[in-house]
Amino acid sequence: MKEGEHMLNYDIVVIGGGPAGLAAAIEAKKNGVDSILVIERDRELGGILQQCIHNGFGLHIFKKELTGPEYAQRFIQQMQELGIAYKLDTMVLDIDENKVLKAVNCRDGFMKIQGKAIILAMGCRERTRGAIQIPGTRPAGIFTAGTAQRFVNMEGYMVGKKVVILGSGDIGLIMARRLTLEGAEVKAVAELMPYSGGLARNIVQCLEDFDIPLLLSHTVVDIKGRDRVEGVVIGKVDEKRKPIPGTEKYYECDTLLLSVGLIPENELSKNAGISLDPVTGGPVVNESMETSVEGIFACGNVVHVHDLVDWVTEESRRAGKNAAKFVQKTLKKNGICFRTEAQRGIRYVVPHRVRVHPGDETVDLFMRVDDVYSNMNIAVRADGEKIKTVAKKHLAPGEMENVKISVNSLKDRKGGILSVSLEKEGV
Amino acid sequence: MYDVAIIGAGVVGCSIARELSRYDLKTVLIEKDTDVANGTTKANSAIVHSGYDAKPGSLKAKLNVQGNALFDQICKELDVPFQRIGSLVLAFEEEEMKIIRELYEKGLANGVPQMEILGKEQILALEPNVNDRIIGGLYAPTAGIVGPWELAIALAENAVENGVELRLESQVTNIEKQGEGYRISMEGQQIDARYVINCAGVYADEIHNMVAAPSFKIVPRRGQYNIFDKSVGNFVSKVIFQCPTKLGKGVLIAPTVHGNLLVGPDAENVDCKESRETTMERLAFIREQARKSAPNLPYHGVITAFAGLRATPDTGDFIIEEAKDAKGFIDVAGIESPGLSAAPAIAVYVAEILKNMGAIGREKWDFHPMGRKMIRFMELSDAEKAEIIKRDPRYGRIICRCENITEGEIVDAIHRKVGARNMDGIKRRVRPGSGRCQGGFCSPRVMEIIARELKMDMTEVVKDNPKSYILIGPAKSSSVLRENLDAAAASKTW
Repeated sequence: MKEGEHMLNYDIVVIGGGPAGLAAAIEAKKNGVDSILVIERDRELGGILQQCIHNGFGLHIFKKELTGPEYAQRFIQQMQELGIAYKLDTMVLDIDENKVLKAVNCRDGFMKIQGKAIILAMGCRERTRGAIQIPGTRPAGIFTAGTAQRFVNMEGYMVGKKVVILGSGDIGLIMARRLTLEGAEVKAVAELMPYSGGLARNIVQCLEDFDIPLLLSHTVVDIKGRDRVEGVVIGKVDEKRKPIPGTEKYYECDTLLLSVGLIPENELSKNAGISLDPVTGGPVVNESMETSVEGIFACGNVVHVHDLVDWVTEESRRAGKNAAKFVQKTLKKNGICFRTEAQRGIRYVVPHRVRVHPGDETVDLFMRVDDVYSNMNIAVRADGEKIKTVAKKHLAPGEMENVKISVNSLKDRKGGILSVSLEKEGV
Repeated sequence: MYDVAIIGAGVVGCSIARELSRYDLKTVLIEKDTDVANGTTKANSAIVHSGYDAKPGSLKAKLNVQGNALFDQICKELDVPFQRIGSLVLAFEEEEMKIIRELYEKGLANGVPQMEILGKEQILALEPNVNDRIIGGLYAPTAGIVGPWELAIALAENAVENGVELRLESQVTNIEKQGEGYRISMEGQQIDARYVINCAGVYADEIHNMVAAPSFKIVPRRGQYNIFDKSVGNFVSKVIFQCPTKLGKGVLIAPTVHGNLLVGPDAENVDCKESRETTMERLAFIREQARKSAPNLPYHGVITAFAGLRATPDTGDFIIEEAKDAKGFIDVAGIESPGLSAAPAIAVYVAEILKNMGAIGREKWDFHPMGRKMIRFMELSDAEKAEIIKRDPRYGRIICRCENITEGEIVDAIHRKVGARNMDGIKRRVRPGSGRCQGGFCSPRVMEIIARELKMDMTEVVKDNPKSYILIGPAKSSSVLRENLDAAAASKTW
């Protein structure tokens, strides 16, 4: 090795110190791996939770309503108690197929770090104005909702006085309330789809409680203002999501917030040659949360965008536990192999591959539906034969669904396709 | 009293400023905006054309071919990204092949070297992603791509290093004949100069009309573009043009020097010289047109759209001459396409005009043509990365996660001779905010660095011009927030 390069070796290297990375590292440690390093690019652990100062986190995991920082703190504290090493303000530049990372920070300089296993927990980023092609001028005052949240909650600055929000994803809804409480006038939340992309509870608590109108099947068709946003034009869209001429309405505002979707951040995964699912934007994973590259695991929003952090924690614990097994060479391989497939009404299913071993108990399938439905069954079939049905009163794309499959129903099969679809009740 | 005042710090004004800084002259470069390269220079196709397009004998033809040949040296001296990747004009039918042959003949007349007319298979071998319904095309290997604002900034910087004075935020409000020169009034300041060079882009006619009878008109002609993510940046390897027809010049597809993909422009005359908004119809039109060249153009990879204004003259050619009724006042106007390609040659041409007027004497003995190199962290080898962080730990702190831009690079961009003073200035010099997240993650950090380095408050950091504020003031404390939340909840029946 050349002079000036530090080569560090760990059993497990976790990329990302948000909720996914923290839970994975802790679980790996609890499962007997001592040599763990968590790499975080921001200046504090906890990830985006640190800017989510509203409550509603942890209802499933802790049976308690915590704020984002409180939820994160439980894990940060545990990590410190367990003595897990971490590096802040550290950026991973590259991962190769030999699980060697290149990373930099101000203190250690340029580093090469090798892990026997790697856990990808880089989270996601927000879709931007450009990605959704909103025309108009390019003034100051257009923020993604998460950036505005960071400015207000962490940096302590207010972003505007009169606000229009495009997109009813959860961050957009939360920010509608937050900016209102900060004294801004939130004029409207426009949503392209005929339903909200956020949790039902957020629509009630963040919009309805504050009399903020939610304009379904509407979008921003023009942005006005040369230096700073002066207004936006909102129009109604048809069923093909195309703006309907003549429905345009001008909203005077100085700020436009965008909450138009999240994209798993997988530039590093691509460098490592990991297969990605074009629907989720995240790595293809198996039941152990292992990617297509042996020994590289992934969990949290880098795999698929979750609705609740609680599910991120669960999934990440599974990744951490299995990465530990991989290091200890006890991770089961082969088994009876199934490929999951999203069929009618289902947008995607994670994990993509399921290997069943005798002695396992259940397999968890996570999925999102492609539209709003009521009174439907989620049906799981192994090679065409129905093995599980779950009745659902209400299904929406904004809420993740989880189906547990008992291994007993799979263990005597040859493997093949494990399909999930929606069916009318009673069929 | 200045010898020369240049009005407008786009790529043309900056090229002239740098060219004149070779001579023993007192030169001032005047710009109305907060930064150089803030008009047409920041929003165009970023192409260095080979030069077959313009009418033989025109200034456009002559200066394009001459300018093209100067790019290698200038970009090397000033450390500006430039790649001579070549261009292809595609023909889809025999009628268009006729035009291709005309272009080829024009190119020969203009002195464009190394052109070739290629058949379908040859083109598809060079560019497998273009439409396989093509029947042939024109290949011009001397065409290139450049970073237009990087070029203008580097030219301005080198000019300033060689003694040119730069005045930003100085909008010219009046010009008067005064003795043997001109008095130029700007808000709150006046200067005198023997010679005035009008490089005011879309405003060149207005500047001209301050001292001379109207002799031309500049029509702002808007062009819109899409930029695609780097992950699809290698979709084509050359500049792909469509055949110019009666219906228009067609849209181009080109890689950028930063590895993105650029698609556009359309052409639309607009009334207002600040109409730089994009429109849904036009972007849809461009998309449709571009798909003719490459049906599989990966539109899912679009990261942003922008529009620029060409300074289109009503005379059909560049206007580079002394105004007939204003001695010593030189118009450099109507510099539409191929203005960027021609800029280095325009500068030499203007220097010749000044020489012929007796305005220019000897070259300076201490002219320094080399710009100070910028450290581009991600272009360094592993060992160089290690070394630079040891020397300056700020290069170990990545601020922009999409493009891996370090704090060291941002601080350098602020403190250079023509330094960045706002968010767009940083973005144009070192690219945070140009990547796939478009500044979502890094903008708070970049603002913090600007505020710290320029000793201002976070709320004083602007996007571009002084009125483009980003933050309005401090937020309330979070304890207040909690109280409000509880009060709001209590006031509602659940």
